[in-house]
Amino acid sequence: MGIRSASPSRRSAMPAGPHPQRRRRRATSAKARYALTVLAFLAPSAVPLAYFTIYPMFSALWVSFHQWNLLSPMRWVGLDNYVMLLHDPTTQRAFVNTLTYIVGYLPLVYIGGLGLALALNAAIPFRNFLRGVYFLPVVTSWIVVALVWRWLLNPSVGIVNYVLSLVGITGPGWWTDPAWAMPSIIIASAWKDLGFVMVILLAGLQAIPADLYEAAHLDGAGWWGRLRHVTLPMLSPSTFFVVVISLINGFQVFDQVYAMTGGGPAGASTVVVQRVYDMTFRYAQAGAASALSWMLFLVILAITVVQLVGQRKWVNYA
Amino acid sequence: MLLLALVLGACVMFFPFLWSASTSVSPGVGLSATPHLIPEQPTWSAYAELFRATPFARVIANSVGLAVATTAIQLVTSSLAAYVFARMPFPGRQVVFGVYLATMMIPMQVLLVPLFVQMRQLGLVDSYLGVLLPTMASAFGVFLLRQAMSSVPTELDQAARIDGAGHVTILTRIILPNVGPSLATLSVFSFMSSWNAFLWPLVILRSPQLKTLPLALAGLQGQYTTRWDVMMAGSIISILPMLAIYIFAQKYVIQGVANTGIK
Repeated sequence: MGIRSASPSRRSAMPAGPHPQRRRRRATSAKARYALTVLAFLAPSAVPLAYFTIYPMFSALWVSFHQWNLLSPMRWVGLDNYVMLLHDPTTQRAFVNTLTYIVGYLPLVYIGGLGLALALNAAIPFRNFLRGVYFLPVVTSWIVVALVWRWLLNPSVGIVNYVLSLVGITGPGWWTDPAWAMPSIIIASAWKDLGFVMVILLAGLQAIPADLYEAAHLDGAGWWGRLRHVTLPMLSPSTFFVVVISLINGFQVFDQVYAMTGGGPAGASTVVVQRVYDMTFRYAQAGAASALSWMLFLVILAITVVQLVGQRKWVNYA
Repeated sequence: MLLLALVLGACVMFFPFLWSASTSVSPGVGLSATPHLIPEQPTWSAYAELFRATPFARVIANSVGLAVATTAIQLVTSSLAAYVFARMPFPGRQVVFGVYLATMMIPMQVLLVPLFVQMRQLGLVDSYLGVLLPTMASAFGVFLLRQAMSSVPTELDQAARIDGAGHVTILTRIILPNVGPSLATLSVFSFMSSWNAFLWPLVILRSPQLKTLPLALAGLQGQYTTRWDVMMAGSIISILPMLAIYIFAQKYVIQGVANTGIK
C-alpha cells in the first residue's frame, strides 16, 4: 500500500497507457484504503471523545435552559436558571469560598515551589532523592490527602495541635471551625501540590542559559539582583503555566473539600463544584446544576483567555 | 545549611505518611490523647477490621482492574490517533487535532448531568463499564505521543514502507519501540488518574462491592468517625501501589510533568 500511494505522481507524468480506466480505479481504491486506515485509527479515540465529552458538553448547555429533576420531562425556562443562580446566596457564597481557596492556595504553592526549585537546582548531595520526597504527595489521591490531614489537624488529639500546645499555643478547631475550615483545606492542598509546582519551575530553571548569570555576575549583581533581573523574568513562561493551571484546577476544586469538610461546617467551605454536585444529586435540580457548571466553565474560559492575552505584558519567551 | 533546611523540609513533607502508617498499627488511638509516633504495642487489627467490616479486598480488586483496563485502552487508542496526527496527512487534519486538544479544556463537572443520563439510557449506572467508557480516550495521551512520534526520523518508516510494510506494521514495529519513554509516562499518568479518580466514580457507582478505593475511603469516615487507625490503614493501602509505581518510574513521572510545562 505504501509503495502504491507513493507512486501516482510518477505514473501521471507518463503518457496515457493502455488501461487508464483500471489505473484510475486502482488509484481511487488506494486512496479509499488510506482514508479507511485514517478512520479506523482515529475512531477508537474520536468516538468516545465525541460521545462522552463533546456531545454531553453541549447537551449540558441545552439542559441548562430547562427545569428538570432528571425524571419527569424537561420544561423550558429560558435563562431563568442563570438569573436564579446570580441571585442565590448559597451559590454566591460558593463562588466566594472558591476564590478564597485560590487566593490562599496559589501564593503558598508558588512561593514554596519556587523556593524548593531554586534550592534543588543547586548542586547539593541527595538532590534527586530530595526531589523525589517533595514530589511524593503529588501521586497520592485527594481523598487520602484529605483523610490524613483531617487526622493531623484533629482539634483534640491531632499532632499539629499537640505540637502547638508544646510551645504554648492553643490550636484552632481546624476543619470543625467555620473560620478555619478553608485554611485547613488550603494547607492540605498546598502540601499535595508543592512538588508539582517545584518540578514545573525546575524544568524552567534548567532552561535558563548559564551565560546570563555570568553576565549579571560581571555587572556586579548580587543574589537578589540575579533573582529579580535574570531568574524571575526568564522563568516567566513556567510561572505563567503554573498560574494558568492552578487557576483552572482551583476553580474546579472538589475532591479534597468533599472528603475533608463536606462543604461544612454550616456551608463555610462549600465550593462551586460541590454545589453542582448537591444540586444534581441531592436537590434534583439538574437544569440549575447544568447552568451553574456552564457558568463556572465560562468563568474559567474568560480568565484563561484574559491571561493568554495579558501574558504579552509580563511573559518573556526567549 | 541549605542542605539541612532541605532535609528538614523533606522530613516535614514526609511526616504525614509516617504518622498515618504509625496510626494504622496503633489500635484504639485518638480517643483520649495524641498517640506516640512509635506505637507501644503495634498490631494489624485495624487492617483486619477493614477487611472484616467492608468488602475491602473487592474494593482493591476494583481499583486495580479499572486502572489496568483504563491504562491498556488509553495506550491503544492514543497510539493509533497519535500515529495519524504524526504520520498520515489528510485535509483538515490540523482542525481535527485542534478539536482533540480543545477537549482537554472541558471540565468534568460540566459533563456530570448529561453523562449520567446517557449512562442511565445505556443501563450502565452502577457498573464497571459506566466508569470505564468515558475514560477510553485521552486527549492528553494523544498529544503526548504525537509529540514523541513526530520526533522519530521518517527515514525509518520509509525504509520499512519500501519493504512493503503497512501502517499497522510501521506503527507497531518501528514507531512504538522508538517512543518507549513516552509510553511509560502515559502509562503512569493513566494508571494514576484512574487510581485516584473520584468525582465520576462517585456519581456512577452505588453498590459497595463495585466501589473503588477513593470512594471506599471517603465512605469510611461515615462508618468509623473516630476509628482513625482504620481510616489510616485504608489510606496506607491506597498509597502503597502508587508509591511502588512512583519509586519504579519516578523518572517518567517527573519528566512527564516537566514536559507539560515546557510546551
